[in-house]
Amino acid sequence: MSASPKLQGRTLSLDDVADLARGCAFLGSGGGGDPHTAFMEIEAALADGNVIELIDVTSLPDDAFLAPCGWIGAPTISAEKLPSGREALQGLRRLESISGRRVDAVLPVEVGGSNGLAALVLALRAGVPVVDCDGMGRAFPESQMVIFNIRGQKACPAILTDDKGNCVVLETVDNVSEERLARSVAVTLGGSCHLIEYSAFARDMKANALRGTISDALAIGRSIRIAREGGRDPFEALFDALKTSRQFDKAGVLFDGKIVDLKRETRNGFSVGRAVIDAFGGGQRLEVEFKNENLIARLNGEVRALVPDIISILDRETAETIVTECLKYGQRVKVVGASAPQALRSPQALAVLGPDAFGLPGPYRSIAELNGW
Amino acid sequence: MRLGIDVGGTNTDAVLISGRTVLASAKRPTTGDVSSGIVSATRAVLDAAAVQAAEIEGVMIGTTHFVNALVERKGLLGVGVLRLAGAAGEALPPMSGWPDDLKRCIGGVSFQLPGGYEFDGQENTAFNETAVRNAALQLRRKGLQSVAISCVFSPINRSMEQRAAQLVKEVAPDISVTVSSALGRIGFLERENATILNASLSRMARHVMASFTAAFSEMGIHAPLYVSQNDGTLISAKYAAQYPVLTLGSGPTNSMRGAAFLTGIQDAIVMDVGGTTTDIGALVNGFPRESSIAVNIGGVRTNFRMPDILSIGLGGGTRIHLDRDGWPSAIGPDSVGYRLPEEAYLFGGSTLTASDIAVKAGLARFGNPENIPSLKAGVTEQILARFRSIFEDGIDRMKTSAGDVPVVLVGGGSILVPPELKGASRVVKPDHAAVANAVGAAIAQVGAEVDRIVAYDNQNRDEALQDIEREAAERAIAAGADASTVRLVDVEETFLSYLPGNTVQLRAKVVGDLAVSAA
Repeated sequence: MSASPKLQGRTLSLDDVADLARGCAFLGSGGGGDPHTAFMEIEAALADGNVIELIDVTSLPDDAFLAPCGWIGAPTISAEKLPSGREALQGLRRLESISGRRVDAVLPVEVGGSNGLAALVLALRAGVPVVDCDGMGRAFPESQMVIFNIRGQKACPAILTDDKGNCVVLETVDNVSEERLARSVAVTLGGSCHLIEYSAFARDMKANALRGTISDALAIGRSIRIAREGGRDPFEALFDALKTSRQFDKAGVLFDGKIVDLKRETRNGFSVGRAVIDAFGGGQRLEVEFKNENLIARLNGEVRALVPDIISILDRETAETIVTECLKYGQRVKVVGASAPQALRSPQALAVLGPDAFGLPGPYRSIAELNGW
Repeated sequence: MRLGIDVGGTNTDAVLISGRTVLASAKRPTTGDVSSGIVSATRAVLDAAAVQAAEIEGVMIGTTHFVNALVERKGLLGVGVLRLAGAAGEALPPMSGWPDDLKRCIGGVSFQLPGGYEFDGQENTAFNETAVRNAALQLRRKGLQSVAISCVFSPINRSMEQRAAQLVKEVAPDISVTVSSALGRIGFLERENATILNASLSRMARHVMASFTAAFSEMGIHAPLYVSQNDGTLISAKYAAQYPVLTLGSGPTNSMRGAAFLTGIQDAIVMDVGGTTTDIGALVNGFPRESSIAVNIGGVRTNFRMPDILSIGLGGGTRIHLDRDGWPSAIGPDSVGYRLPEEAYLFGGSTLTASDIAVKAGLARFGNPENIPSLKAGVTEQILARFRSIFEDGIDRMKTSAGDVPVVLVGGGSILVPPELKGASRVVKPDHAAVANAVGAAIAQVGAEVDRIVAYDNQNRDEALQDIEREAAERAIAAGADASTVRLVDVEETFLSYLPGNTVQLRAKVVGDLAVSAA
């Protein structure tokens, strides 16, 4: 057991949480669900006088025990079947009883989308800090698409909990099996579950986690808000924030235009969507293909961005991210690209979460190279 | 012959329509009791067209009454909430995120009760009759007059909500009940919010509908009465008395539908130029394009079907500011609004408004142009050029394709708009443009929508589509449609992300002609 560490973190206000939600939506690359519900839970907990402390992983002793967490399942379902509010803590207590030690801090498995806020909810319920890092740096559709897996950490014991109080502990032979089992358990339990996985000591997290991603998301969200409040261009502010970020420093506008077509089709049993965006003057066309998240962007047929780099479609006035489920014919958008964290672009990482893993034509080329950034 | 009425904040408009012909139209001030404004506008069109009251076959009303009540927090009932959800949602009790004043005004008592479904139709927790009865008893003891019943995944199975409603009526026969499944979409908190708002409006809705019926009946009009809903389709007054929230956003929709009818154009940009703002929307197949953003009403998040409207700060009453040298410094954003007939120069006032400029430039003739002070050479042209660029930018922001599109002008302020605009294939200003909203109400059909989640692994797609269409048709018939005319106008099919298998969110919309027997 670690001695309770002296934590030198910063405290997050409700405004910070709203900024974080906006930044997480951007990093979701079109996926990851709506953080609205999680935001309201946090709002209520902060109003009751609870505090969220955000700490750097390096401030933790090596033997601090950390629990990455998030929700697994369909955002459409979690917008209808709301949480009881006990799922996360029940899972955490189960992990503690299995491991025979207290959890010292939590972190998001994925910072993109609503899961970026899920760790804050658990931190508030458990009274522990949130570590400023995550495992995906964006949103991904499958739980093995995470740096912890790529760097050899074990997903299990993985703990799923639901609104009714069901708790399922997974012990699997490998991390891909954990994903398969976790997802089918989630479906059986109603399509949306809390999941704690890849629990580890701070020693491993210092080496493996994508560090500073929560601060990055916060800075992204804050820069957009402050620019809007001051009547300045939110996109300029967004790029300033990205360029000074720890993990997403190469970024730019891939396209500016209007959605002229949205196709949803089934391919190999999967629903695949395509947004066709035309430039205002005509002539140029960007096509974004998505399955859960935006995966590939082609300008006049030429690839300009590929998973795992971030492709987000933003309202061109407000710079709010539009998730794939909310894309509509006629929306006026800017498509923004940002480089994925370096750690996700190694050959080992790309084998797990690169174009191949999504059945897209490879090989991966970085967004910076494709656009001359 | 149909009578269309639009009750706005300032004016009550009436039109009389026979087939595709507008026989007469009238504008009268909206009155505090609503009914007398309606009576006066109705008398005016009947007189103008020399039509007998008995010849009216249907009356269609669009009203902002309920949305104003919510915004002003007036006449709202305290509401008890029964939430059938097991433990789901305990983290977010009813009225989470509501403005405090509205919560104080409406917030009664709420109960989290066993019940609810999963996305695949299984029960989340079993319905508990005793728990519902006990909750209803407590609501009765507290003297609450209205109850909202919400149930997780009730859009895919209404039976728990209906059982609960039945029990409440047994225990407390005088309480009015709203069930969330009647109001639509997947998305629990937003649907529950709408249910609570509806319950809080229930008494007012009954009174308003009764007063409408009485007013028409006094005039000798006994035709069925319909009310416009947010998407431009109608529901019977009887249905609206039960579900007033369905009518909250009908204003802009009606003027766009009216524009489509008056011009015969189905795909266009519609600009409704009023006194303070211009509302710009896109017509697609004769219906307004819907907004994809959650709609806030009185500070409460809902998921109503609302038109996607861009509101820009330029209307007939917009003030024109000149600098010391007499050159235009700013167009608005302030406006004299409904005080235009007193404050504008051309009506003898002392404020330079957009209307003064239009009259000065000869775009329209009304008021007394002599009263408008003389401006430096070139100033009028400069201001008109600014109007043009504001309108052109608005059109460009709402257009859905790169090519030029027809632009239809409605509303009293449309004199500000030049006859040719960049991005517009043509600019059309139909006759009766000033009462397009009442026209939109008059010509509407009855409509209904159903939203649900379907696993194609469990149910064949064709069967699912038939099911949802049948249910939407049943709803339209309940809302006043003639069963033989109901047809499907839209189906949305969205695969659920992050879920294996072929599970979709299916949404179907149907419309039908008015059933003459409905009232």
